[in-house]
Amino acid sequence: MTIDPFSPRPPERQTIPLFRLAAIGAVVAAIGGAFVYVGGFVTPHRLTPQRIVNTFEANAGVHPGFRRNHAKGVCVSGYFEGNGQASDISRADVFKTVRTPVIGRFAIPGGDPSAPDASVPVRSMALDFKLPDGQQWRTGMNNTPVFIVNTPQAFFAQLVASKPDPVTGKPDPVKLKAFFAAHPETAPFLSWVKDHPPSSSFGNAAYYGINAFRAIDANGKTHFVRWSMVPEAPYAPVTAEQKSQHDFLDTELRGRLASGPLRWHLILTVATPGDPTTDATQAWPEDRPHIDAGTLVLEHESAQSNGDCRDINYDPTILPDGLKPSADPLLAARSSAYAVSYNRRTHEVAQGLASAQSPTRSHE
Amino acid sequence: MSADRKHFSPSARFLHWLMAPLVIAMLFIGVGMVATLSSWHQTLLAIHKPLGIAILVLVSVRFIVRLTHRAPPLPDDMPHWQQHIAHLSHWVFYALLFAMPLVGWSMLSAGGFPIHLFGPVNLPPIVPQDVRLYAVLRSAHTVLALLLFATFLAHLGAALFHGLIRRDGVFSSMAKGRD
Repeated sequence: MTIDPFSPRPPERQTIPLFRLAAIGAVVAAIGGAFVYVGGFVTPHRLTPQRIVNTFEANAGVHPGFRRNHAKGVCVSGYFEGNGQASDISRADVFKTVRTPVIGRFAIPGGDPSAPDASVPVRSMALDFKLPDGQQWRTGMNNTPVFIVNTPQAFFAQLVASKPDPVTGKPDPVKLKAFFAAHPETAPFLSWVKDHPPSSSFGNAAYYGINAFRAIDANGKTHFVRWSMVPEAPYAPVTAEQKSQHDFLDTELRGRLASGPLRWHLILTVATPGDPTTDATQAWPEDRPHIDAGTLVLEHESAQSNGDCRDINYDPTILPDGLKPSADPLLAARSSAYAVSYNRRTHEVAQGLASAQSPTRSHE
Repeated sequence: MSADRKHFSPSARFLHWLMAPLVIAMLFIGVGMVATLSSWHQTLLAIHKPLGIAILVLVSVRFIVRLTHRAPPLPDDMPHWQQHIAHLSHWVFYALLFAMPLVGWSMLSAGGFPIHLFGPVNLPPIVPQDVRLYAVLRSAHTVLALLLFATFLAHLGAALFHGLIRRDGVFSSMAKGRD
């Protein structure tokens, strides 16, 4: 007698083999179940990118067609001119002495596309460098050298704690206090913000890449770096008069660009072994080597409702050959959450739900 | 050399068993990578795109093999409706295996994303940049993936039914060559 279960059926056996039928059902169900589990469909308490974006929507409402965070912003364009000085640590073409077109976006954090500019101390700069042969470098930077938290879980906890109270329209101070007490890693960010009044303009702030990255040189060697954009325009703090204007950052930027392009220097800071590369709340010591890799020149701005930046997902893990993400857990989380936001807002545009006019320009 | 009418050709069998784990892995990678915030997101995404293109190449080769080699007939005693479904499901597989990578490639093109394979190698966009098109293709990628997974589960169940219950040689026509 053979033990091969696939051997030809003995002709005399006609009854339905229930055990074999059950085994087939079990195999199919197990694979189907594994698929459902991996997709997160049966584990609603798992922290997923969808849950992060849902919480942004719960806090600020759904504004069709807009980013779920950094919803309020303006498109800019120009170019980056490399000077070759960073080519020792990265083989990326963008660092050579070439000019790379850039589509950028200035914004403020939060999910409300018509929030007053004075409502937050943070400004952001996002850039998409269009390299030859289809490569791109996308980065989303803030004007703070460190981030407020260092894990997606803490970021989510902060979002939950910041949910506006339906009565006051402001976050519950007790919940925020409890969040900060439970998250001492927020201290460097809070103290930096306390000591640095927000800038008077998008154009005179420095912007920092938030996370550490890996620069890969021509020999394949890895150098851990952080980058920042340092403005040529001198910093000035925001004035009380500006704060009274709803959209002062946008208006001010347009005025500035009308009288000529704005320039920033791309500074790569190179880590020393032992510097934290997976913790965005920790700055590196000041004495680390700084490389001035070239100049960003921004020439034009346009409203995001019809600007080129609207349709770009500034996913910071889209990098050219010669740059790679670090293992900072925020980077992967940013990538997956930005994708969810992008998918939702592009579907809203496709369905014609997005308002044609940006709220910031509608009262002009 | 006499023709083996009972089994798929060695090239068809090789491609089937090479592609089966790749396609199943691809479905799990896809559904997993969009639902995780962890570093798996980066790892899986980096596998997903070149593997998708590899599957597009393999299914093209396999389609040519399918057209140039005779497939073994299904058993005479199999009900006609089952034979129809079996044949239909195979063409559904071919359609989906072509559609999934092409929709994925088009979707990234329409969204203006680089279509990164490895190192400095990127594929060119195959449709114009347009977020409305992106949105449609992005949804299609998900719907077609679920359809492909459902087709796979049905195929697996049917293959095991042939192999373990009917034991009519249909399973071994793809599982092995001539004894």
